[in-house]
Amino acid sequence: MSDRKQPADAMPAATAAPMVGRRAPLIDGVEKVSGRAQYTADLEHTGALVGRIYRSPYSHAEVIRVHVDEARALPGVVAVITGDVCDQPFGILPIAQNEFPLARDKVRYRGEPVAAVAAVDEATAEQALRLIRMEVKELPAYYDAEAARAPDAVNLHDDRDGNLEREVHQEFGDVSAGFAAADIVREDSYECAEVTHVHMEPHAALAEYDAERDRITLHSVTQVPFYVHLRVAQCLNMDESQIRVIKPFIGGGFGARTETLNFEIIACLVARAAKGRVRMILTREETFLTHRGRQRTSVKLKIGLTKEGKITACDCEVVQLGGAYGGYGIVTILYSGALLNAIYDIPAVHYNGYRVYANTPPCGAMRGHGTVDMRYAFECLLDAMACEMGLDPIAVRRANLLQAPMTTINGMKVDSYGLPECLDWIESASGWKERRGKLPSGKGLGMGCSHYVSGAAKPVHWTGEPHAVVNLKLDFDGGITILTGASDIGQGSSTILAQVVGEVLSVDFNRLTVIANDSRITPKDNGSYSSRVTFMVGNAALDAAQQLKQVLIEAAARKLEANPEDIECLGEVYRVSGGQDPGIPFKDVVTEALVDTGTITVKGTFTVPRAYQGGKYKGAAVGPSMAYSFSAAAVEITVDDVTGRIIVDKVWVAHDCGFALNPLSVEGQVQGAAWMGLGQALSEETAYHEGLPFGPNILDYRVPTIVESPDIQVKIVESIDPNGPFGAKEASEAALSSIIPAIANAVYDAIGVRTKETPMTPDRIMDAIVKHERETKKAAAVSAAGRISSGDAA
Amino acid sequence: MAKSILRLTVNGAEREDAVSGNMLLLDYLREVVGLTGTKTGCDGGECGACTVLVDGRPRLSCISLASSCAGRKVETIESCAQGSILSRLQKGFHEKLGSQCGYCTPGMIMAAKGLLLKNPNPTEDDIRDALGGNICRCTGYVKIIEAVQSAVAEGGL
Repeated sequence: MSDRKQPADAMPAATAAPMVGRRAPLIDGVEKVSGRAQYTADLEHTGALVGRIYRSPYSHAEVIRVHVDEARALPGVVAVITGDVCDQPFGILPIAQNEFPLARDKVRYRGEPVAAVAAVDEATAEQALRLIRMEVKELPAYYDAEAARAPDAVNLHDDRDGNLEREVHQEFGDVSAGFAAADIVREDSYECAEVTHVHMEPHAALAEYDAERDRITLHSVTQVPFYVHLRVAQCLNMDESQIRVIKPFIGGGFGARTETLNFEIIACLVARAAKGRVRMILTREETFLTHRGRQRTSVKLKIGLTKEGKITACDCEVVQLGGAYGGYGIVTILYSGALLNAIYDIPAVHYNGYRVYANTPPCGAMRGHGTVDMRYAFECLLDAMACEMGLDPIAVRRANLLQAPMTTINGMKVDSYGLPECLDWIESASGWKERRGKLPSGKGLGMGCSHYVSGAAKPVHWTGEPHAVVNLKLDFDGGITILTGASDIGQGSSTILAQVVGEVLSVDFNRLTVIANDSRITPKDNGSYSSRVTFMVGNAALDAAQQLKQVLIEAAARKLEANPEDIECLGEVYRVSGGQDPGIPFKDVVTEALVDTGTITVKGTFTVPRAYQGGKYKGAAVGPSMAYSFSAAAVEITVDDVTGRIIVDKVWVAHDCGFALNPLSVEGQVQGAAWMGLGQALSEETAYHEGLPFGPNILDYRVPTIVESPDIQVKIVESIDPNGPFGAKEASEAALSSIIPAIANAVYDAIGVRTKETPMTPDRIMDAIVKHERETKKAAAVSAAGRISSGDAA
Repeated sequence: MAKSILRLTVNGAEREDAVSGNMLLLDYLREVVGLTGTKTGCDGGECGACTVLVDGRPRLSCISLASSCAGRKVETIESCAQGSILSRLQKGFHEKLGSQCGYCTPGMIMAAKGLLLKNPNPTEDDIRDALGGNICRCTGYVKIIEAVQSAVAEGGL
């Protein structure tokens, strides 16, 4: 403060530097690069007990008894709890809550929490776990969809016959007429392995139970503190007002932490049993077991195409292996069908979706929720059909563009649509026209498109409240505090909110402080999922800032003895428009604004209008959003036809985010999403042997390292959405989905082989090459035989 | 396990602490010294989040025994800034968005610092090699490379 050159009473510059559209570093970046950022495991925990979880060694079993007496008797053990302490099932969807924090009658996957201990130190807690054992009656277990759906399979959940969590059947438009009008109709099947988030921070919680006042304070790694708040209250049978949930810095999420997770509730349960504070840090292996990632998916897809490349109809069947519990599953299987629409103009769509229970860790939401595997299949088949008809794959996309604004056949509204510009850019940047099909052998170019929602128009917990609320506090010191329940998980949401507020108020960025995610202080927020924060919370921040601006303008008008409508605000100077007076500085306006009222608090809200909340059919709530982002990607790869290894040399990705409130952040999000798609495309796969994970660690689960990660060039396309804050929409999910098919399509360009499985590991590529060679030889032999026999006839 | 006296230098300060022979350097730094900037990201040697410098060379503190650092100089992320003035490397990560969630950042910066100590003008391939053991799940690494290059362009460490 002391080294400020400017005297305190000097008039600030009467200009307003734009705050949005600026490459602003993260508002909390200094804490992150200096090591001062406090994540859950970094919080002060003197005197806290160590919490650990005993996990089922069985995939599927009836629980007869859990023996905990010996563990309980161990000196240093303060509490041991089992499923007896909680008979309230939980789950993210109010209609599908079928999971207990600690298993009760049954265990349904290896690694499911069964008991928990709180002890004075790590070694004692570990020893206590070794003294716990389960008495069970084992049941048949299922690890793939076919076995789980077999007629004689035992149901994992009594209320779900055939282990079908949800089946979806939707038809929009006349599908048979569409196929009849096509010049070619092709059908193919695609398999995608299960993948998981691998956020760098392992799961962690710090739970403090105040026995004197029957209260809980929980610090946790959640993306949605408000869901955790509700579920903790439900499972501990406590009044919601007696619970406080705080989210410290968190080390990534990517969807893993949108659901309330079992360990968060267990930490609270065991803290209550121990009547104190419990710190529960999960290992990386336990973080893999907690999972909620992208499920294994089988897609059977049929597309009809005219010879001009126009899509006439699409029929898609998706089978998802969802794991042992409901979680987000119903939403996931609905997303796959809903987002067949709203990217291309497809007149008829038939969708059959099956979400299947199996004895593996539960799946859930992961970046690009529900859309990624379906989009991979769609973009691959479309590419194959384009090539078969001798059409350019980009031209085929152009033949099927939407005309925004429009409403899709399944009732979703697309107001802004930057896909055409995305296609133009990847075409020129990648040298598509000149280079595709002409690169040296083993090198190829491929492309794909994708899209995603900017927040679900219907929140999971529909209460009639606005979709987002932001509070602003302006006090005597001229500082503005933005209070939000939106979780910054590294995506930069706090920075975006500050930029929006700063832009409206045209104040110095340093006046702004964001306080986020303390349920005692910040307003409730629906959380960081479905890319809703920039759009929805950004709009609420915009509303709040505009209200505060009005308060300041009225104060300036009083001070300057003018009409509010004549006041103009330039940077931190308020003056009468067109007058000679130099005006008054921001701090004088604040002083005037506080007269008779004191500290000012304003509330901004945002609600998605009904018109955007989708149609009236079953499942219509999933898919609708007020705005959709669009991505197109081109990749250049090298395929080693001896080892089958794919090297991605270069990625070009264009993303329509409406308006880049922070171009630096948008680039970072798009690069991160594209790169995550690259991992799913090339190497990532959770694998199990009879329900036991093969490699629940970051060595066996192959996340790409910096060594094999390519340069990713990003083009920001700005279609200016009419409803987004300053036109902004989603920026961090869509780019994931286009990369995977782009790589598969590049493999075809490189070596003429179609791959239909992810990840495209060297062994799968070799299998595809061998199969292709065999089929080519067979076809050649048949054709040669044909020539010989026809020669004989002559 | 019996404890013995460990004498070493942490971020320039000489220390003497009683530690057990099986205590990991990571736990020593976080729990005994109280420096929580160094992170645990995995179950041992998988991710690089715990990277610190021991006598100027990057070391995974999660698979190093504290006792193996007797008489050595250990540097953590907390040593990089001068007071609250960020180092060029930290500034590069901040301004180029080489850090999103920030969890891998301390290890990433220490690995990069280890590189710049021995090679003040690294090529892009040198940077990739030096950071090959550090996993980041947010950035796709593009801006991490730019962050290190920007620090080099500004004059290095």
